[in-house]
Amino acid sequence: MSGGSYYVPASSKWPIFAGLALAAMLVGLGILLVYGWGSWIMGLGGVAILVVMGLWFRDVIKESRGGLYDAQMDRSFRWGMGWFIFSEVMFFAAFFGTLFYVRTFALPWLDGEGAKGVSALLWPDFAASWPLMNPPGSEIEGPRGIANPWQLPLVNTLFLVTSSITLTIAHEGLKAGHRDSARNCLIVTLILGVCFLLVQGFEYYEAYAHLGITLQAGIYGSTFFLLTGFHGAHVTVGAIILASMLWRLQCGHFERDNHFGFEAAAWYWHFVDVVWIGLFLFVYVF
Amino acid sequence: MAPKLPPKAPLEHGNSITGGASAHEGEHHYRSGPLRWLLTTNHKEIGTLYLIFSLSMFMVGGIMALVVRLELFQPGLQMVQPEFFNQMTTMHGLIMIFGAVMPGFVGLANWMVPLQVGAPDMALPRLNNFSFWLLPIAFVLLLSTLLMPGGGPNFGWTSYAPLSTTYAPPSTTFFIFSLHMAGISSILGAINIIATILNLRAPGMRLMDMTLFVWTWLITAFLLIAVMPVLAGVLTMMLLDINFGTSFFNAAGGGDPVLFQHLFWFFGHPEVYIMILPAFGIVSVIVPTFARKPLFGYSSMVYATASIAVLSFTVWAHHMFSVGLPLVAELFFMYATMLIAVPTGVKVFNWIATLFRGSITFETAMLFALAFIVLFSIGGFSGLMLAIAPADFQYHDTYFVVAHFHYVLVPGAVFSIMAAVYYWLPKWTGHYPDERLGRWHFWLSVIGVNLLFFPMHFAGLAGMPRRIPDYALQFADFNMASSIGGFLFGFSQLLFIWVIVKCVRGGVKAPARSWDGATDLEWTVPSPAPLHTFETPPDMRRIES
Repeated sequence: MSGGSYYVPASSKWPIFAGLALAAMLVGLGILLVYGWGSWIMGLGGVAILVVMGLWFRDVIKESRGGLYDAQMDRSFRWGMGWFIFSEVMFFAAFFGTLFYVRTFALPWLDGEGAKGVSALLWPDFAASWPLMNPPGSEIEGPRGIANPWQLPLVNTLFLVTSSITLTIAHEGLKAGHRDSARNCLIVTLILGVCFLLVQGFEYYEAYAHLGITLQAGIYGSTFFLLTGFHGAHVTVGAIILASMLWRLQCGHFERDNHFGFEAAAWYWHFVDVVWIGLFLFVYVF
Repeated sequence: MAPKLPPKAPLEHGNSITGGASAHEGEHHYRSGPLRWLLTTNHKEIGTLYLIFSLSMFMVGGIMALVVRLELFQPGLQMVQPEFFNQMTTMHGLIMIFGAVMPGFVGLANWMVPLQVGAPDMALPRLNNFSFWLLPIAFVLLLSTLLMPGGGPNFGWTSYAPLSTTYAPPSTTFFIFSLHMAGISSILGAINIIATILNLRAPGMRLMDMTLFVWTWLITAFLLIAVMPVLAGVLTMMLLDINFGTSFFNAAGGGDPVLFQHLFWFFGHPEVYIMILPAFGIVSVIVPTFARKPLFGYSSMVYATASIAVLSFTVWAHHMFSVGLPLVAELFFMYATMLIAVPTGVKVFNWIATLFRGSITFETAMLFALAFIVLFSIGGFSGLMLAIAPADFQYHDTYFVVAHFHYVLVPGAVFSIMAAVYYWLPKWTGHYPDERLGRWHFWLSVIGVNLLFFPMHFAGLAGMPRRIPDYALQFADFNMASSIGGFLFGFSQLLFIWVIVKCVRGGVKAPARSWDGATDLEWTVPSPAPLHTFETPPDMRRIES
């Protein structure tokens, strides 16, 4: 409820710069994909996004530390971050839905199952299986093998689950006023996140170099890289956010009862962790 | 639900709402010139920007519709090439949906939600600026695809794979990115609106004290956050299929083109409610004002809106009845779709019950709202016809579908935005809009829109397919009538622009409470509303609590 102290910022130049930077990155990527040049526009846009976000958040931090924000503003940030994470949930829901649809409906139908199995006439020899090693069309080469979920993916699961725990300990430390403990646990969290990314990178290398799992290897490769790729991108972003939180912690920005930036980063990290559990179960194990 | 805060001492500017409203004027230093509009964080300025953008896109999309109607005036190919015709139908749809109707509603939300809940601004003002300015950037990119080699998107706004992947023009990659940006804009805008409604209500204002416009926007914002990411996801999968050789929508790799339709309509059906729920809210605010009676069945309106939103997630495949779904899916989606008629019927009933024995006057805003009730219901009924799966096999992809969704979107969504503009112009400009010109605009629009879309029902039932630049001779009369109606409706909108310009420049001065039946919070601030309102929130706490 509004108490009359809600802070309304004056005009700001960061939003329009952020918009232009995003446009530059996307248009650059588009030019790169369609015409084969433009990577420098994309890179410039990407760097600009980081810079602008940094400057934008610097203003917010300044205002927050200047005591301009009240409890109500804090709730606005919480609602904002919460709904943003919900939008991310729906983004991944589309990809999980794709995986379930392909496995439950599309492939069995192509194999002739059910009343709508007429699409089986397209490739009469096609046999549905998951992981799909032999895509129906002969022009598409399927994967030669798949990753064993109980090796690297399990290790990665342990990395991420542990990192969520260490992050929670860091948060508890922050709330109890133990800044050193918070800092150490945050560093461990970051290291675990980076380990996850390294292992994931190695797994991608294995997939491409030895297993024949590629983006072009039919629907298995497509869904595999779609889900793990976007998750990996989110881990990367999460790690960048956590690193900035580590820096802010060192700057002494956080107080025991006022550190929503840290909490938001933690929410995001836990969300990324939960997505990975889903990935581990449905992309790797089952 | 609402945490009770101790009453704060009024600021030095006094505790009257209007006094608090203008006193801060000198305190904020606002830029003048174009930079002011680029950098603004003020919800009223951003609302105005949204509305101007929406109106401009309405004109651009309208010109494209007129190109389509011009070609269809007579059978045969006279004016444009089929390829260009396809680009026009596609761009018309994209621009009207993402550029005109949605930003129109967001603009109204920006202006009116803080005023109706007694908030000083939107919850996250800088984010608000970002949400807006992404839109012009996205639409410049989208329009620029028309000039690229191979032309712009030509596969219909629904972008069905493989038309939009394997057989798409090279510019499709840019089309995808422009929609990504528009989607980010929508999600962030919706987050802002939700945070404002949930967190910035005046002390003592309970959720069930909010106006229907605020309620419908709260639910719409939830729908936006839920489905725009799904659109982003499916567009990304298109991008990967086009540029990276993935097989999501390619059966040869084990994917499925029908998967595209499932994902698209999982976004697309809630999207059509995104474009109509705020319209319900607007009509629910305007009808009581000019009937001079409180809204009949307020809480049932709220629950009906929420039911429509929940049901909207369970009906998407009624767009795909003829694609080859299992029988059980056809049945499920048919019945779920028909179920939506129940809460929608509750709404229409409540509007009519509000009118019953009211002291009704017919200002232009009210005329548009009444036309909305009648004409939207026609679109609702044809929707029920389309919901019948066995019948839909006949109607699918005919002009009957075009007639249906244009009835809900033009005399539905667009009329509600026009009603809202006539209703709130006094609050925005401090002047009443010219009633005589407004009536001309209304009647020309109503006649034009019905002449435009009603014959499409007949053409569709007779079998005329959508998205075809040429047609068989027996459809000629219907199409000629539609085209005449189209040009009548299109050119009448110049009158709309004239009314707005005239109202901004001057006219009969409007008092704070511009309509004698208006009771909501926005009518307690002066007209025109000063740049900053409710810096000290109005106290809505009840004495007895």
